[in-house]
Order: sequence, then structure tokens, then C-alpha cells
Amino acid sequence: MSAHDTTEPTRRDFLYIATGMAGVVGAGAFAWPFIDQMRPDASTLAVSSIEVDVAAVQPGMSLTVKWRGKPIFIRNRTPKEVEEAKAVELSQLKDPVARNANLPTDAQATDADRTASKEKENWLVMVGVCTHLGCIPLGQQGDFGGWFCPCHGSHYDTAGRIRKGPAPENLAIPPLSFISDTVIKIG
Amino acid sequence: MSGGHSSYTPNTGIEKWIDARLPLPRLVYDSFVAYPVPRNLNYAYAFGGILAIMLVSQILTGVVLAMHYAADTGLAFNSVEKIMRDVNSGWLLRYLHANGASMFFLAVYVHIFRGLYYGSYKAPRELLWILGVIILLLMMATAFMGYVLPWGQMSFWGATVITGFFTAFPIIGDPIQQLLLGGFAVDNPTLNRFFSLHYLLPFMIAGVVVLHVWALHVTGQTNPTGIEVKSKTDTVAFTPYATVKDAFGLCLFFILFAYFVFYLPNFMGHPDNYIPADSLKTPAHIVPEWYFLPFYAMLRAITFNIGPINSKLGGVLTMFGSIAVLFIVPWLDTSKVRSAVYRPWYKLFFWLFVANAIMLGWLGSRPAEGLYVIFSQLGTAYYFGFFVVLMPLLGLIETPRRLPNSITEAVLAKNKSGGQPVGIAAAPETKG
Amino acid sequence: MKKILLGLAAAGLGTLLAFGGAYAAEEEGHNAAEPTHFPIKKPAELDWTFAGPFGHYDKQQLQRGLKIYKEVCSACHSMNLVAFRSLEELGYTEAQVKAFAAEYEVPDAPNADGEIVNRKAIPADHFPSPYANAQAAAAANGGAVPPDFSLIAKARAVERGFPLFLADIFTQYQEGGPDYIHALLTGFGETPPEGMQIPEGTHYNPYFIAAKSLAMAQPLQDGQVTYDDGSPQTLDQYSKDISAFLMWAAEPHLEDRKKTGFRVMVFLVLFAGLVYVAKRRIWSDVEH
Repeated sequence: MSAHDTTEPTRRDFLYIATGMAGVVGAGAFAWPFIDQMRPDASTLAVSSIEVDVAAVQPGMSLTVKWRGKPIFIRNRTPKEVEEAKAVELSQLKDPVARNANLPTDAQATDADRTASKEKENWLVMVGVCTHLGCIPLGQQGDFGGWFCPCHGSHYDTAGRIRKGPAPENLAIPPLSFISDTVIKIG
Repeated sequence: MSGGHSSYTPNTGIEKWIDARLPLPRLVYDSFVAYPVPRNLNYAYAFGGILAIMLVSQILTGVVLAMHYAADTGLAFNSVEKIMRDVNSGWLLRYLHANGASMFFLAVYVHIFRGLYYGSYKAPRELLWILGVIILLLMMATAFMGYVLPWGQMSFWGATVITGFFTAFPIIGDPIQQLLLGGFAVDNPTLNRFFSLHYLLPFMIAGVVVLHVWALHVTGQTNPTGIEVKSKTDTVAFTPYATVKDAFGLCLFFILFAYFVFYLPNFMGHPDNYIPADSLKTPAHIVPEWYFLPFYAMLRAITFNIGPINSKLGGVLTMFGSIAVLFIVPWLDTSKVRSAVYRPWYKLFFWLFVANAIMLGWLGSRPAEGLYVIFSQLGTAYYFGFFVVLMPLLGLIETPRRLPNSITEAVLAKNKSGGQPVGIAAAPETKG
Repeated sequence: MKKILLGLAAAGLGTLLAFGGAYAAEEEGHNAAEPTHFPIKKPAELDWTFAGPFGHYDKQQLQRGLKIYKEVCSACHSMNLVAFRSLEELGYTEAQVKAFAAEYEVPDAPNADGEIVNRKAIPADHFPSPYANAQAAAAANGGAVPPDFSLIAKARAVERGFPLFLADIFTQYQEGGPDYIHALLTGFGETPPEGMQIPEGTHYNPYFIAAKSLAMAQPLQDGQVTYDDGSPQTLDQYSKDISAFLMWAAEPHLEDRKKTGFRVMVFLVLFAGLVYVAKRRIWSDVEH
């Protein structure tokens, strides 16, 4: 390095900056696997969707299955329960939104928008976790003949809509579809 | 940490505020920026930094692997396979950790050989050296317990054999082994405590590393000439000179590391460790990981009774002794000259020692029979002979070559007479 | 530096000579009729698509291997670490995997009466074991438990010995498992050397890693499995296909690993170059 021309410092600075940047990029790439490994693994994702055979569930009976670590209430409602739920005016509801993952987020909480399918209005499938603080409500209890959460006294009606108590929202309805007459796919 | 006066000058108000309360920036500046290092360090001196990075890398990968690992004899093997198959990037993290252990040992052995070659253990660096030997011991314990965790056949039988060392001691042996195992054989309690300790020990290593670096910064680095720093012209600032050189060494080391992780991830391992542990079936040949092989060879070399000491106890004592002898190396070397560069005979015997260590490693992987045993015995004799006989003796009878007056003189003389371009291949001992 | 290298060379030469002597001594121990070291014959090194830095699995081959596993091996050998869902990596669609899994039955959770009944397997399930437990497997196979196949391609490898194992670092040889499986499957039917005693109920195979004979009889014959992609229905082809399949079962992320590896190596080499140039610049004003 005998001759010191004026461009040299700039060239040096560029070299050091480039090296530093490459180092930062490398460190960032190295950090990714450490974050990546925390995401749900392949075995967890494999059971993020389940199929349930409901052929044996007669009207008036319920089935509880586990989906993504939470209980799913599957109820074959009696005609009386369906009638009761249909009779409720939207204005009587504490939460007028359907909370149905299969419908637009602003769908109204009519009984039709709560059931598992339009043609099978007797079927009600819900995540069995109270929207208040996460307890599991008891079935066919409470003031409205639906579900009752004993933790803090939330009452849900026969369509799983919150009617009384501290819970803010209707029981959530998971993504689901009937893949045959008697098999429901959840997730 | 260097003990000298600090050249750190806080500029902004915030720096001054912090410096008056917790002078951490000052400590970092004095230790890793302004800290003077000899200007003639070669790439062998990059391994200290490489080891620090490897320790951090092992701790990071280890912590995330522990998020998925289950320390239970019924679950351990499958949980490791779950990491390999299902966990996102799990295969990468596990191969980084397993091969990282090998790379860690590779680096530490180069680091130790460098210390032996350039006499880095000699006064006033005895404590620095001893702390290093303690780190080596902790590393060995950590690596051994880590190898048990996948709960394969080699994990199980390795643990059985190694903890069996203690039964060689009369009377106290069996109770000590049972204390270590938490039972009469390697089982669930053993696996659980090994996991716990395997998680703990790296942080103890990190603690001793801090002491090691502290001691280093009190005495300063040695250098290939072995002459102490005499003036400011002998040194350069740690940053940027040593940092950029260490960074380049680290890059080369990472290329080697990545080569094994991505292309030969199972080269260092043993196929039998992909078979789940079976306490009723011993593999045909039990071999430890490669980094323990020289010591394993010395263990098996003692096939004869030495007076009242039977061969089993003799082997165990020999193996422990091979590490213990390192503690007294600073006092075994009687030479007034520090660096092997100026000690022709020591240099020869040093390289024989390296070759002998490699040979012992190979022999450790062979079945203990026939000529292998005899070679192991010769190798063991040379290992100890190097430390206990050659080191004290050579210092007394060897005529060292003429030493330069200073590091600067050595560097200038080399560059003048050698006429070589300054670069990667230039090492100081090529001086005339 | 020159002297260091010279020293290394001398040391290396001495070590080599020592190894040579020791190695020759080991070879002496062999005796044709009563060998003490196994396998008696080393497996041949084959060409695998998944070898080398750009190795990848041949999906057609893996599908053929799966067919062999299903129709032949799975009668005795479990593969319990492999989930049906991972078969999508062999090129099957989700629906095909679902249908494939449904051909197997796995024990369900206890029903309302507390009984455990079997249900059809779903993609999230793993391959079920042919036997209820190790004892049942041993009882059905003359005392020898057929090993699980999930990791067999990584759990079996014939020792390479000196100096091959050093060459393996540069050739990236990691296919000892598939080579061994292929050699074992094609190695039945040879006549044992004069004077060798073969224990009752075992079958001589000079490629077997642990003894001169094994409990398993030759499992694959020419024409035994029907291929629908026109590949030759020979023992050699079957052995290659099942070996490749078992390598995939043992190391499903091999392709991902090698691809990531290439990117990492390119980055590291470029970065090392940058750091080296920066280092030259920084040190240019200091003689060292």
C-alpha cells in the first residue's frame, strides 16, 4: 500500500460495511431454526383436523371429543330444543354475532347460523370452552336448558348462545363440515 | 480486567452516567477493544475465541433441544427421534449439537497442543493453565453425560462401562457407583440425573471460562516466540486486529463444522446408538466417542497387575492419571525457554507426542487383542514419559537456539530475511 | 510453518506405519471355517441417488420400496417411528395416504365399555407393529426378535477400517447402511466354507454383521413382488429399492439437509472471503 489515493478510505469503509452486513445476515439465518423449532411440530399439526362418526348419537344425546387439546361438544338436539332456540329474538341476545368459523365474522347469531349445517339443523358442534375464563360448561343445565358454566355462572341457551352471566361471547363454533351423512370433519 | 490503567473515555452523557454507576462498557472496552495482544500471534491462537463461540453454540442448541427431549427411559429414545423427524428444524439443531460436541473437542485439543508447543503453561501462567485443565475435565463429564441422553445402545453401555470405573476402587468403589447411578445398574434415575447435570455443567464451564479469561488478561497472551511483551510496539489492539483474525479463523472452523453437520452428520457417531438401549444385550464392541479414545486406549493398556494394584484399578488410575498429570505440567517443564520454536529436541518429542495421541485414539477404537494391546502399552508409556521424563530432562540438557531480544525484532527479522509475503502461511518460526 | 508441516508429515508417517502393523495383525486372526470377525465379507458400495452433496431420493424407488416393505417385510418387522402422514414425501397425495393408512388397524382408545377395539388407522398414526410385544415377536421367530425398521439404515453399518474411514470424509460416504442391507438381502444362498458349522434353524450369510448365520431365511426372491412401473422384478432391484426406502425411513430430512447445507456452505465461503480481505486490509499497516 504505497500510494494513498483519495478513494481508498471509501473502498475500505465499503468492505467493512459489507462484511458486517454479511455477518448480520448470517447471524439472522442462524437464529431462525431456534425460533422455528418452537412452532407446532408435524405430529401436532397432523391431528389439527379430526373426523368424528356421529351415527350412534341419537336426538337428545351428546358426544364430547378432543380437538386441538380442547373439548368439542357435539349435540344432536331434540326438536324442542331447536324450536326454543329459533324462538329467541336477536334483540334478546347478549352477543348477536354467530361466532361461527364457517361463516363471515359479522354473521348474526340466528339459530340457523349456529347449527352445523343448514340441512342438519339438529346438529350443534361447539368448542366446549366458556368464553369467560376458559372453564368447561355443563350440558343441559342452567336457566335456558342449554349449557351452564359453574365457575362464574354463565348460562348458555340450546344454541350455545350466552344469555346470562359474565361470559362475553357465544360458545365458538369450529371449522367443520359433514363429509358424509354421519361423519363430521372438524378443523 | 487487565489490571493496567484504563484508556476508556466516556463521550456522551449516557456513557458517563453508566460509567459512574456500573462501568460495564469500560470493562468490555478494556478487555476486548483496547486490550493489547502480541502482534505475532498465528492462527493457532484463534482457537480460544473459537472455543468460546462453540460453548455458546452448544448451550443455545442444547437449551432448545431440552424443550423437546424427555428424560425418561421409556421416552428418551423416541423423543430424540421426534426431534429428528417432526420438530421444525429439529434435525438441524440435533446434528448441530451432536457434531458440535465433536468440534468442541477438536478445537480444545488444538488449543491444548498449542499451549504445550508454545509453553503457554509456564510461569506466570500456571493458574491459567490449571483453569484450562479444569474446563477440560468439566467438558469431558458434560460430553459423557450428554451421550447417554439419546438412550441408544452405546449410551447405555457407555454409561455402564464408565461408571464401572469406580468399582475398581476397593471398599468404597461399589457404594460410589451406586451413588452415581441411583441404583444397581444404569436406569431411569441415572438418566434423570445425567440430564440434570448435563444441563448444569455447561454453565459451570462458562463460569470457569470467565476465570480463565480473567487470568489471561492479567498475564497477557503468550506468543510464538515465547518472549514477554516488552514495549508498545510489540502489541496491537485486540480490536480490530485480533478480532478480525479470530473471525477469519472462526469462519474456516465453521466451514468444517457445517461440512460435518450437513454432509457427514453421523460420521462421528456410532451406528449402534440408533438402536434403543437394551440392558440385556451388549453390543459387540463398546467404543466411546472419538474424543475419549486415547484415554480409553490407556485404560485398556493396563492388562497386568502392578504389585498390590490389580489390572482393573491400574487401568482406571492410568486413565485418571493421564488427565491429572496435566495439572503439574507447569512444574514438570524445567526449560528456561518457553517456546518450542527455539527448542529443537522438545519440538521433535512434541510432534511425536501428537502422533502418539492420534495412534492411541486409533487403538482405542480397535478390539483389545493381540498387537493392539502392545501398541497401546507403548503409547501409554510414551504419553506419561513425555510429561514425567522428557519434560524435566530436556530442560536440563537441551541447548536452545538463540532468542531474539523482542517480539518486534523477531517479526522484523523474519520479514526481512524470509522475503515471504505476509499472509496465512507465514508463521514466526520460519525466521532464520 | 514449513517445519511444523515437516514435523506433522514425519509424525503422520510414523503413525501410518504403526497402524499398518496393527492392521495386518488383525487380519491374521481370520480363519475361514471359524471366523471371529464379522461380517465375513464386506458389502459392495453401490450408487445411490441420495449419496453425495446433491443427493436426493428417487420417489419412484421409494414407492417400490414401500410396496416391498408392506408386502414382505412388515409381516415380521415393525417400523414404529414412521407415521403414515410422512408418506406424502414419497409423492403420494393426501387422499392416497389416507386410503393407505386405512388398510391398517390400530388399537383405539378404550370405548364406553372400557374395552380396546381396533379402528382403521389415520394418517397421523404410525405403522403398527406385527406383534403385540417383543416376547410375542420372539416366540413367533424362534427366539430372535425381528428388529424395528425405522432406523435400521442408520443403525447398521459395517466398520470401514483404516484408511477408508479417512477417505470417507472427502467422498462423503454415508451409505454404509443401505449398502449393508442390499448385501445382506442378496447374500443368502452362498455355500459356507468347508468345515463351518451352521447352527440349527439359522441361515448362512457371509454379509451378516453379527455372526456367520442369522435366524431370518432369505426373505426376497426374484419375481416375488409385482412392480407396476416396469422396473425389473429381480432380487437385486428389490434389495436396492427396499434399502433406499429404509434410508428414507431412517433419515427423512436428508434432502432438506443437503440443500440447506449447500446454501450454508456457499454463504460461509463467501463470508470467509470477505473477512479475509478485511483482515488483509486491517493488518496491512502492521508487520506481523
